[in-house]
Amino acid sequence: MKRTTLILMALVVIFFALSWIFKAMAFKGVEEHYILQGFLVTLAAFLTLSIMSFLYKDNPFYKFAEHLFVGISAAFWMSMGFWSTIVGNLFPRLSEGMSNFFKVHYIPGDYNFFFYVPVILGILLLMRLSRNYGWISRWSLAFIVGTTAGLNFIRYLRSDFINQVSSTFVPLLVDWQGIGHFFSSLNLSASGQFIMMLANWVIFLGVMCGIIYFFFSKEHTGLFGRASRVGIWILMITFGASFGYTVMGRISLLVGRITFLFRDWLGLNI
Amino acid sequence: MTNKQDTNIFNRMMSIDRRWVFLLLIVVCVTAYFLPFSVPILVEPEVAVIHEFIDTLPPGSIVFLAIDYDPASLAELHPMTYALLEQCFRRNLRVMCTALHPNGPSMAEAAFLAVADSCRLDKTYNGEFFPAREVVNGVDYCFLGYKPYPALVILGMGTNFRLPFPSDYYGTPLDSIPLMKGVQNYDQTACVVNISGTSGTEYWISYGQGRFNFPLALGVTGVMGAEYYPYLNSGQVFGYMAGMLGAAQYEKLADNPGKAIIAMKVQLYAHFLIIFFIIIGNIGFFMDKFKKNREGR
Repeated sequence: MKRTTLILMALVVIFFALSWIFKAMAFKGVEEHYILQGFLVTLAAFLTLSIMSFLYKDNPFYKFAEHLFVGISAAFWMSMGFWSTIVGNLFPRLSEGMSNFFKVHYIPGDYNFFFYVPVILGILLLMRLSRNYGWISRWSLAFIVGTTAGLNFIRYLRSDFINQVSSTFVPLLVDWQGIGHFFSSLNLSASGQFIMMLANWVIFLGVMCGIIYFFFSKEHTGLFGRASRVGIWILMITFGASFGYTVMGRISLLVGRITFLFRDWLGLNI
Repeated sequence: MTNKQDTNIFNRMMSIDRRWVFLLLIVVCVTAYFLPFSVPILVEPEVAVIHEFIDTLPPGSIVFLAIDYDPASLAELHPMTYALLEQCFRRNLRVMCTALHPNGPSMAEAAFLAVADSCRLDKTYNGEFFPAREVVNGVDYCFLGYKPYPALVILGMGTNFRLPFPSDYYGTPLDSIPLMKGVQNYDQTACVVNISGTSGTEYWISYGQGRFNFPLALGVTGVMGAEYYPYLNSGQVFGYMAGMLGAAQYEKLADNPGKAIIAMKVQLYAHFLIIFFIIIGNIGFFMDKFKKNREGR
């Protein structure tokens, strides 16, 4: 490692150590565990800045924060799964002894032999760790894949297909009372007849043109081709809206971190 | 070695070092954050309908709040959770809560503690006075916590909350929690509000609302914003808050300004800067194309 890198790292360590001391002093009298609170806020600030430093270029601080995040996440998720499902749901229904051991409330009369099925499948899944018997884990995986496929099939059919198709069957002439009435009561309010009709026409034409764009059994020429062109424009507008929301989301995250750094860490209130 | 064509102004407009863009963006965001001004917030009907729904519920009704996000989405979604929870408790509604994301429980717990603290003070929202009150765990709210596999948990809760959650997050059996007396499944809840930064929202729509037909409202991150609008149009979702803007609108409706409203002024200038860079890039692209065409001719 270069000498300048070592000096830089030492300076960073000193800076954040000083920050810990100042934060702990600021929390004294306010928080019970003020030294720990000071450390946690300083650590969070250090990790935030380490991750943000990647915007300049890859560096050891970013690598450290990234590896720490991945490692802790994996361990945290696994322990949450164990304590919430095996300890929280399984033991209280299977064994009073195990419930007492893990200090969870035993549910008498809730015992069911079929609770052993997921236990066995779970153990089989762990066989993946064995080089010789790893193939056995495929049975559990097959169960997971089959169940998920079955559940998702119904889910998509109902929520994303039938409901979405039926929601595009919209009246193109909303509350139609004749051409005279339409022009005499024309207004541009959001709940007005004109805007509602316009919105329904946009939905109708958007869906039709979008479907035509993805219809490849006929050459996209003539009227069909023009509808397909409108379809691609509809898609582009959708992607644009999605991108706009994404930009807003990312800026929101930046604002969140700025708020943390200035308000919680540096104590600067607006 | 760069030739003359590569260094013309239009080429340079298209190839600004991204680090300058990041630096400028941070400078603009920090400056806007500290400047004392506010931006007008226009409330959209899909946000207003959630506020109105909650506001008109009779006291004692149960609002089911699904907090499915982690610290990465905290900036956008915490303001929604805070404003909604405070509105529920001030209106004497009861709240049931799950967190079907492994990092969700800490988010939910932080929100409950902060809002319970806030409720200890007398406050006036939208001209209506709300006296201080104590928010009690088990009486005013029940936090069920986390279980993996959201789809199965949502389906299980439709039969009985006790199936996936024999105990609440703190280990208290559901049968000994006052709020849970006579509460079996979604039928006893007035609505479900899913505040989510994950694909768990899809499960709430299809396995939850699709199967059990309860009124469902969503609060999602900006990135997910455009994705779930079709469900609003189809009536599967009755209200919708998207990103920081949705959170700011809800804060405005609840007359409870918080971090989201402050963030909107930063959003404004950050968006101006991004639009500026998009225009610069496009001018560079089209002028370069025009120049090349002319030279070719």
